[in-house]
This record gives sequence, structure tokens and C-alpha cells, in this order.
Amino acid sequence: MMTSSTNSVAAASMAVNASRARRSVLNRKLVLTLVAWTIALMMFFPIFWMFLTSFKTEAEAISTPPSLFFTPSIDGYIEIQARADYFKYALNSVVISLGATLLALLIAIPSAYSMAFLPTKRTQTTLLWMLSTKMLPSVGVLLPVYLIFRDLGLLDSRTGLIIIYMLMNLPIVVWMLYTFFKDIPKDILEAGRMDGASTLQEIFHLLLPLTLPGIASTGLLCVILSWNEAFWSLNLTTSNAAPLTAYIASFSSPEGLFWAKLSAASTLAVAPILIFGWMTQKQMVRGLTFGAVK
Amino acid sequence: MSTLTLKNIVKEFTSGSGASASTTQVIKGVDLEVKDQEFVVFVGPSGCGKSTLMRMIAGLENATSGDILIDGQRINDVGPAERGLAMVFQSYALYPHMTVGENMGFSLKLAGVSKEERAKKVNAAADVLQLGPLLDRKPKALSGGQRQRVAIGRAIVRNPSIFLFDEPLSNLDAALRVQMRIELARLHAELKATMIYVTHDQIEAMTMADKIVVLQGGVVEQIGSPMELYHHPRNRFVAGFIGSPKMNFLDVTVTDVQAEGVTVRLPDDSESLVRVAGQPEAGSAVSVGDRLTMGVRPEHLILDDSGPLGGQVQVIERLGGVTSLYLASPDGSGDGKIGGLKADDQADSGWILIADGDVASRVGDNIRYTFDSARAHLFTSDGLALPSLDRHPLTGLTRQDNSLSSVSAAQATDV
Ligand SMILES: Nc1ncnc2c1ncn2[C@@H]1O[C@H](COP(=O)(O)OP(=O)(O)OP(=O)(O)O)[C@@H](O)[C@H]1O
Ligand SMILES: [Mg+2]
Repeated sequence: MMTSSTNSVAAASMAVNASRARRSVLNRKLVLTLVAWTIALMMFFPIFWMFLTSFKTEAEAISTPPSLFFTPSIDGYIEIQARADYFKYALNSVVISLGATLLALLIAIPSAYSMAFLPTKRTQTTLLWMLSTKMLPSVGVLLPVYLIFRDLGLLDSRTGLIIIYMLMNLPIVVWMLYTFFKDIPKDILEAGRMDGASTLQEIFHLLLPLTLPGIASTGLLCVILSWNEAFWSLNLTTSNAAPLTAYIASFSSPEGLFWAKLSAASTLAVAPILIFGWMTQKQMVRGLTFGAVK
Repeated sequence: MSTLTLKNIVKEFTSGSGASASTTQVIKGVDLEVKDQEFVVFVGPSGCGKSTLMRMIAGLENATSGDILIDGQRINDVGPAERGLAMVFQSYALYPHMTVGENMGFSLKLAGVSKEERAKKVNAAADVLQLGPLLDRKPKALSGGQRQRVAIGRAIVRNPSIFLFDEPLSNLDAALRVQMRIELARLHAELKATMIYVTHDQIEAMTMADKIVVLQGGVVEQIGSPMELYHHPRNRFVAGFIGSPKMNFLDVTVTDVQAEGVTVRLPDDSESLVRVAGQPEAGSAVSVGDRLTMGVRPEHLILDDSGPLGGQVQVIERLGGVTSLYLASPDGSGDGKIGGLKADDQADSGWILIADGDVASRVGDNIRYTFDSARAHLFTSDGLALPSLDRHPLTGLTRQDNSLSSVSAAQATDV
């Protein structure tokens, strides 16, 4: 009698505890969801507003209060296309971002390999130093870079931008690949060596397939960073090699600001990378958490 | 046809840099002769350099000095793949992105072997290991035992002259270990390859080895057949390391040294003649009054009410067939430490006696026991064994003598 009643009391209190625990988990989920949505909306709103504005007339674009309901028109798009060929800039952006990314990977993979698997006593310092160069404001080296580019004939050339973007991204790419390579069990590579793999075969048959998710996300990040880079493209190009960042900038100056047209141009400029990022986000997340969840 | 010879192998690791650099000698001059088709087992406490030695043989690590020879050829400067060895790692080290078949065929692929040829060899190896149905699976979808078999299969496919195993079974559960042990022994007979095997497991070492190499602190303590190490350990370390539970040790005093043996005084003042020479293999002769350490294995102690040794029973482990009695040391130093948990061979306190399964002793009983003096060992204060005057009759036994296959093979040749 006694024991059964204590048992049922215990069971009841356990049930209460369990439901309390469940409720607190639910609460946390709710809060997290709200926070996430708030941040996402705050980040997305400017883009959304730009998108809306690009379909307004100039008058609607600057009206106060801003009009949310209007008859969309694509006049803005037609006008900006008449003034500058979007596709030329877009092609430049694509070529330069992809070129810089491939070049960066080509240089970073062997570098990260040697740092991860054949470390010397200076490896850690080198890595930190590479990363520290990212702290230097770009404008600090603008003059020397400009002069070097002028002398080498690289001004306003895609090659020039590919090189500078590659250099800009190299520290991050090397660092990321280094951490991915470090995560590979040494035994697997040694087994490869016992099986007769040369260093190159080891890289192609073992290292790259094993770190592919990581390399892919590194590459994606590199493409996005290159696409969005404006400082160097504005300073080192005029027309031939100008990418989309220069394209947007070209609308801001001559006749004052025309918000609708500027929005149209900006929408066109960010659309490809937004769609690209949206399509690859799964891969990005998988790659960036690659080491953590293995 | 493959022999392996190690000549005065030394391995040093350097840590730190510049002025603060320090070198540690991990392998301190190892000599070893491995005959063709021999099964050699490395044993020793953790950190004694077993893996390092094996990795130097494999070519994954360079020897600081000394020569490694395969079939008489110095191979110190030959790459790991060209040495004709295969290694099975403790962690299996399977390629996670390849199927079982691709894992096993990888070395052939690198060597440029055609696809059909590759498939043939992989299938042959898969048959030997019963991996056929698993060839298209990824390692992730395999059990521990299956992974281990794939790792062995990957080694077999290369048709190496020497197999290296670094604790290959230590990640498996006990039942699977027994199964794989038998399978490995079968493979060894079937492949007629030379095998070198690192293990922590006494049973693996004793049952699989032709030759056991006992290492401690980068030095070879003794090389010999399992029975030789068990019956004639060269020093106290080997005596304590080989055999489970561990050998019991007791300090005794020499009262007489003669041609037929050394007489020692036991704690109860009785004397016992042990048939050993009065001089260790290397070292000076013992004389009357010297302190020695006597060692007797738990299985060689005999319960006897009038025996010279005695102690209080601390713990009893009944296994049914046999019973282990954990006793206070006969010289009274036993403070209740359990013999099986001795930290190292220096911790003498506590003796273990293996008795019949039906023994009626209770914890707390004071029991007396004796020992077969032919089974006792004496060690000098530097741990050297006084060599036994009688060779144990079974020390010449080879591993093949213990399996049916050799008997049937012998019969086959008779016909
Ligand atoms: N790369 C290295 N650098 C410095 N010291 C090392 C290195 N590799 C091994 N050692 C040292 O060498 C000694 C022997 O190591 P080893 O791995 O050969 O031991 P082991 O006998 O295989 O031990 P276990 O049974 O635990 O596997 C250890 O003291 C270890 O710390
Ligand atoms: Mg080891």
C-alpha cells in the first residue's frame, strides 16, 4: 500500500517534471525562432525594398510616405540597359570571381597541404601572419598596387582583378583548407602511402574527395567575396574589365541620384549572387560545419 | 620468400627547436631476425616503442640509425610502397569515400593494373575473407569486424611478402577477437607470408606467435618462442610480463650455492633448493647471503596445510573450473593490494594462487601452500634470471605443433 502510493506520487512528479521540461524546450524553440526571423527580416528588408523601388517610377521612388502599392513598371530596367550594357559587366564579374576562386584554390591546396601535413616550427606563425594581412586596410596598399599594375599593364584588365582578388581571398582560403585537412585522420593518408600513392595521387584520390564538402564551401565563399568586392574594382578598372560593382557605381554620379534606376541596377547586380547563394546554401552550411559533425 | 633483419635500429624524436631542442631516444638499438613465413609478435608495455618499430619497418618513419634489410637488401631508403609490405592499422584506416571493393583495389589502381585484373584479385581476396556480398558497401555501413576484414583484405590484395599488424583486433569485442584470431592464424597458414604483429593481448601473443619479442623502453628484453618465454624468462621484467595472472615475487636469501642448484631461505625459515645455475647469463655469480627475488607463477602454487608459505585470503574469484585466491604476501608485506592489479613488477605485495574450482577456502582464512621448486625462478637484485639447469621439455615446441593442419601436412608428405 505504502510503496504503491509513493510510487504513484513519484510517477506523478516525474510526469510533471517531464512536461515542464518539454514546455521549457518549446519555449526556447519559440524564442529562437522569433529571434532568427527578426534578424533574417532585418537583413532582408533593404534588399526587398530595393527590389520594390526598382519597379517604381522616379517620382514614386522618392515620395513620402513611401508607397507600398503602385503599378510596377520596368522602365527603370530598360533605361539603365540603354545606358550601359549589363551583360558585359556581368560577364566580367563571372569571369573574375570564378577565375580568382580557381586560382586561389590552386595555390591554397598545396600550401594548406604542406602546412597541415609537413608542419615546421614556423607554420602556426605563418598562418597567423597570413590572416593578419586581412586586417590591413586595402587603401594602405592602393598606391603601390596601382603603380605596379600600371607598369605591368594590368590596369583595367580581368587578369589584374583576378590576381588581386585571389590575393585578397588567399589567407581565408588557405586557413579554411588547412583546418579541413587537419581533420583528416593521419592513418588514412599513411594507408595511402603504403598502397603506393605519390603525393599528387594522395591529394587527388584521398585528400580532395575527403574534403570536397569543405573545399566546395570554401570555393563558394571565395566566389561570393570576389563578386561583392568593390574597392579594387573601382580603383583598378575603368570600362573593359569593370565588374558589376563598378556598374552600380557608374549610376550614382553624373546627374544626381535616381533611386529607381539605381535600384534597378543594384537589383541586377546582386541578383545572380543572391540566387547562387540561395541555391548553394545547403552546401555552404554542410561544408562550413564539415569538421564539426564528422 | 621473405626475411626481415633489423640491425642496431635506433630512433630518436626531436622536439622543440633551436637551443631548447631535445632529443628522445625511443628505440635504443634493436636487433631482430625474422625468418620466412614466421609469425613474430611484439609485446611490451604502452609507450615502449612497438608501433614506432613497426612504422620504421613499414617505411612510414625513418630510422635514425641502423639497417633494415628485407631478403638481405638494405631498404632504409626505399619508399613504403616499394618495400613489398602491407600494414593493417589499429584504426582500420579504410578510405571512407570508397566502396569495400575500391578500398581493396586502390593499390592496384595506383599501380596501373587493368580493371578486369583488379576485379579478379579483389574478388579472390574477398572470397578468402567472406567479403563478397559487401564489396559495394561503403565502410560506414560495416560492422567493426567487417571493417577489420576489409583492412586485412586490402593488405592481402597487394600480395605482400610481409604483413604488419599494429594491434589489429584491439577495437573488437572479445568474441569477435577470438574469431578473428583464428581467422588470422588460418590466413597465415594459407598465404604463407611473414607476419609481424603488435598486441597487448597475452592470449594473442601466446597462441599466434612463432616468436615473441618483448620490448621495454625501446630495448628488446627477450626474444623467444612463447613456451620459452613462459618457462625460461631471461629477466624479471619478462617473467612478470608474460603469463596471466602475473608471476608472484618474494624476497629470499641465498643459503647455499652448489652445482645442483641454489638454496634459498623462505620467510618461515625453511629452505628450498631451486635448480638454477649460480650465475646469470651476464653478471657476477651469487654467493651465500645474497638477497634474491624468487618468482612462482600463480598456477604453480599448490595448497598444502604444511606448506612453507602462507597468507590470508583477501579476495576469491571463482571461475567454476578454477578459483583465483588473492593472498597477502607470504613475507607479511601484503597490505591487501590485489595481485592482479599490481601497477608494475615492482609492486610485490599480494600473491595470487590458482586453485581447483572446488576449493572451499573463505575470504579471511589463513591458508598455507607450497610450490614446485622445479617451477620456481630466481632473479638477482638487477632483475637477471639465474638460468634453469633443466630445459622445460616443451620449450622446443613450435606453433605448428599445436594445430591439426601441420599434422595432416606431415601425414600427406608421408604418403
Ligand atoms: N612523433 C613522435 N614524436 C615524439 N615522440 C614520439 C613520436 N611518436 C612516438 N613517440 C614516443 O615514442 C614512444 C613509443 O611510442 P610508440 O607509439 O611506439 O609506443 P607503443 O609501444 O606502440 O605504445 P602503445 O602500446 O601504447 O601503442 C612513446 O614514448 C611516444 O611518446
Ligand atoms: Mg602502438
